[in-house]
Amino acid sequence: MSNPFLIGEAMRGGYGAADILNGCTIAVEKGEIAVIVGPNGAGKSTAMKAVFGMLRLRQGSVRLGGEDITRLQPQERVARGMAFVPQTENVFASMTVEENLEMGAFLRRDDFRSTMEQVYALFPVLRDKRRQAAGELSGGQRQQVAVGRALMTEPSVLLLDEPTAGVSPIVMDELFDRIIDVARTGVTVLMVEQNARQALEIADRGYVLVQGANRFTGTGRELLADPEVRSTFLGG
Amino acid sequence: MDILNALVAFANFVLLPGMTYGCQLALGALGATLVYGILRFSNFAHGDTMAFGTMATILATWGLQAAGVSIAPLPTPLIALPFGFAATVLMVLATDRLVYRPYRNRKVASITLVMTSLGVMFVMGGLVRIFIGVDDRQFADGARFVFTAAQFRTWTGLGETVALRTAQVITIVATAVAVGWLHWFLTRTRTGKSMRAFSDNENLALLSGINPERVVMIVWVLSAMLATLAGVLYGLDKSFRPITYFQLLLPVFAAAVVGGLGNPLGAVPGGFVIAFSEVLFTYSFKKVASYLLPQGWQPEGLLQFLATDYKIAVSFAVLVLVLLFRPTGIFRGKTA
Repeated sequence: MSNPFLIGEAMRGGYGAADILNGCTIAVEKGEIAVIVGPNGAGKSTAMKAVFGMLRLRQGSVRLGGEDITRLQPQERVARGMAFVPQTENVFASMTVEENLEMGAFLRRDDFRSTMEQVYALFPVLRDKRRQAAGELSGGQRQQVAVGRALMTEPSVLLLDEPTAGVSPIVMDELFDRIIDVARTGVTVLMVEQNARQALEIADRGYVLVQGANRFTGTGRELLADPEVRSTFLGG
Repeated sequence: MDILNALVAFANFVLLPGMTYGCQLALGALGATLVYGILRFSNFAHGDTMAFGTMATILATWGLQAAGVSIAPLPTPLIALPFGFAATVLMVLATDRLVYRPYRNRKVASITLVMTSLGVMFVMGGLVRIFIGVDDRQFADGARFVFTAAQFRTWTGLGETVALRTAQVITIVATAVAVGWLHWFLTRTRTGKSMRAFSDNENLALLSGINPERVVMIVWVLSAMLATLAGVLYGLDKSFRPITYFQLLLPVFAAAVVGGLGNPLGAVPGGFVIAFSEVLFTYSFKKVASYLLPQGWQPEGLLQFLATDYKIAVSFAVLVLVLLFRPTGIFRGKTA
């Protein structure tokens, strides 16, 4: 993994005086799924926000497709093909599902109907509910709207902050299946997950963060097999 | 026959004035509620923005009248409206650039913006009084009535009669057009949808690439035009006097809150609720009752809940009741 598609390298930084990230490195190859796991307060979400530019780095760099994007604003990264799905408040609750997707495509001036068709093909339930307000949908369906909105820019990288937070185990499996489908279309996926075991099962690459630094790195399968990772982070 | 007479009297003194006033409040409330939805503060200067827009329209009307331009039987102020729109939009955009934007960039609390708008209110009200004075002005010309009370009486032969004034028809038609257009704009156009998105979830709107300064500019333009339209229609219907427009602020905000602050769909029913509350509570039902009740049951009193001087208290009471029992308004705004 000498020149990965997306990499946040040796990132240091935080919101106030104290650093939350202490030199962690997160990288993902094109079309693969990388997952960041770790205990509460390990800086998982912060690491991903740093990759997206929502946090100023004191040290380290972020590169996308070999290009340094460390100084770019989040909006500029969206224009470069990155898309971010926040953990909460990630839909326009008062607007219909279809309008949510249209807003996802706000920056596009071309005809985006085929992209919308792809999203509906990926999440068939959204087609049935397209005239319904996103705020009226169930938790799992809202997450699908949120991911669908992010896909409308046809991003090359999709960043997901705990996409399965607060949904039932059945819905979680369903969402992970859809995320695999997204990755199969060539979109690079980086996500933060609380449900570490299930997330590592679908991960090409896994990062275990502790106190803002890399503790374990490997393929999802390797991490699941590692006895230390299992006993410390996966509950045996 | 008596029921008909009662209905005609009711239409003349309650229904038509209430509908007209309701439309004017609805347009005012729409402007205030749009600003609240996007900028997240109650714009206290909205009443005086209505006065400013009306003043600009009156000045343009005088110019047109002096030049001999007329669209009789329609009133000249209708063709002066575009000048009023332009002047008010420029005024409001300049205010945003000089006053609100610096505060916005510092991300101040919304109470700071409310107090700022209070200052803007005094300045704008002062400007209006400097330019046009404090007096009561009638600026409607053209035909005063679509049909007069006397005409209605000869047509129907009823004891009671009703008059339909040009200003009432213009108010209702203009409100229907403005509200219909605004609804189309907000639900069908890319720009309108981006404004709703920004109002719904600012962070996600930024993530989607929606430009906040553009949204803010458009909301000021819409609010200035709606305020001007509301003010001109009110002035055509009644008269223009700066202090009256300042006092309109209360019923306008009551209408916006009843409809759900930040919710454009609610502003129209909100306007009607406030207008009809004011009219119904201050109307003397003696005449209507005397037609409906049998001989000998005629009431001795006026059957009036409150003197008309208290009508502002009615909107205030409705406002307080809504805030107590349903603070998000009938149609769920963002007040909570």
